[in-house]
Amino acid sequence: MDRKRNLALVVWEALAGLAQGFATTFIHLFRRPITEEYPEYKRELPERSRARIILTRDPDGDERCVACYLCSAVCPVSCISMQSAQRADGRRFAPWFRINFARCIYCGLCEEACPTLAIQLTPDFETCQYDILTLVAEKEDLLVDHGGKNHDYNFYRYAGVTVLTGKGTHIQEAKPVDLKSNLP
Amino acid sequence: MSIWIIGFVILLVKLGIVLLGLLLLAAYLVYAERKLLARLQIRLGPNRAGPFGLLQPLADAVKLLTKEDVVPNQADRLIFLFAPAVVAATALLIFAVVPFGRDWVIGGRQIPMVVADLNVGLLYVLGLSSIGVYGVALGGWASNSKYALLGGIRGAAQMISYELSLGLALVPVVMLAGSFSMVDIVAAQSRYPFLLVQPLSFIIFFTSAVAETKRIPFDLPEAENELVAGYHTEYSGMRFGLFFLGEYVTMTVLGSLVAVFFLGGWRGPLLPPLVWFSIKVLAVVFVMIWMRGTLPRLRYDQLMHLGWKLLVPLALLNIVITGGVMLWLSA
Repeated sequence: MDRKRNLALVVWEALAGLAQGFATTFIHLFRRPITEEYPEYKRELPERSRARIILTRDPDGDERCVACYLCSAVCPVSCISMQSAQRADGRRFAPWFRINFARCIYCGLCEEACPTLAIQLTPDFETCQYDILTLVAEKEDLLVDHGGKNHDYNFYRYAGVTVLTGKGTHIQEAKPVDLKSNLP
Repeated sequence: MSIWIIGFVILLVKLGIVLLGLLLLAAYLVYAERKLLARLQIRLGPNRAGPFGLLQPLADAVKLLTKEDVVPNQADRLIFLFAPAVVAATALLIFAVVPFGRDWVIGGRQIPMVVADLNVGLLYVLGLSSIGVYGVALGGWASNSKYALLGGIRGAAQMISYELSLGLALVPVVMLAGSFSMVDIVAAQSRYPFLLVQPLSFIIFFTSAVAETKRIPFDLPEAENELVAGYHTEYSGMRFGLFFLGEYVTMTVLGSLVAVFFLGGWRGPLLPPLVWFSIKVLAVVFVMIWMRGTLPRLRYDQLMHLGWKLLVPLALLNIVITGGVMLWLSA
């Protein structure tokens, strides 16, 4: 008797469970779709989205990139290449800088490796091209007129060449110690 | 002689209309399924090709026809090329015995709204759906791929198991109608559809029919998260299209079989027969799509358990009860 009741209960529960599922999906049939139709509607992407790469400038309008090769070294697909050179004032720069966006996987490691915050990823992801060679971006394609995500940062105020300003003039840097006066 | 020719022409016209209608219905069933499934998941579904995406089936057909027809290395070439045709052809042939309207009378001639009224129509249906298994099993085997082979084996096992309950569920219908002919079965439901007297039979038949079409929750032969695409993994282009077509035609055909056996076929008040028939078929198909949007896939042992330990005994019990009640009523 008990077993029979249990069987009935099991069958009832199974049927109720099924009905519940079917009811849930049926209700969803009349709900408004949540789809965002892409080319017509473009969602505002977060500032830190990782897509097309840019080379930024510091607040003074100078190129931030010092051609240290860190981004090119850390790049897992080796899509960044450059040449380093030195300016008359002792500051390093890249005469040419090339990113092959056909190979870039937008991992953002270059951005993390960059000591001067020069290379940055932007939310602009619509980079599709019919010809793969047009995806190779040269320095003039990459260079922008602003500071990207860090407008006020200037690497040379914190570190770097001292030819112009002299030792101990960087922000948060102690004055150089006079060895002669520091004797016990 | 002239009577023979007229009959032949009428047959050809009927064949053409049925074939065209069935293929068109199958194509738009794909669209309807994608659209409905999308709405069940609060998405939009295809809406790019033409207004409301209505040209999507056309775009799909063009795509499939222009794709390369790849035959895998060391595949059993002949069987590989032949298998999709078996699936599509058997699915289309089943519809030959399905009556879809009242007899037309034109110029004193009676034109039955069925391609062929076989006196063993029901057995013909079961036989053809058994042949359809060959398409799945051979296609999977000939592909020379593990995934396809596993899909083919599962397909064969599943379809043979569920064929049994499919056939047994129809025995009470035959007992009630007293005939294997589909036209007679529809005629026997002139007062009430068999659904009212055979609800258990209906549930068993419908479940088995869904298993026969290899649809969720019985889509183990093509379980895409285990077997890539199951038995049609290696197929491309229009051969894959034929498998796809076969599946959707089978869906329509089994919908119409449910309508014929349990819902009274083309019979219904007020509306013309063809409209009633379409409504019934589409209602069954809608439930199939709804099921796909709701249920998860069964495990293989659960599938076999359900088939052999539940549906077959229930169907046998149903036959015995139906026979008993019929004897009691006639006595």
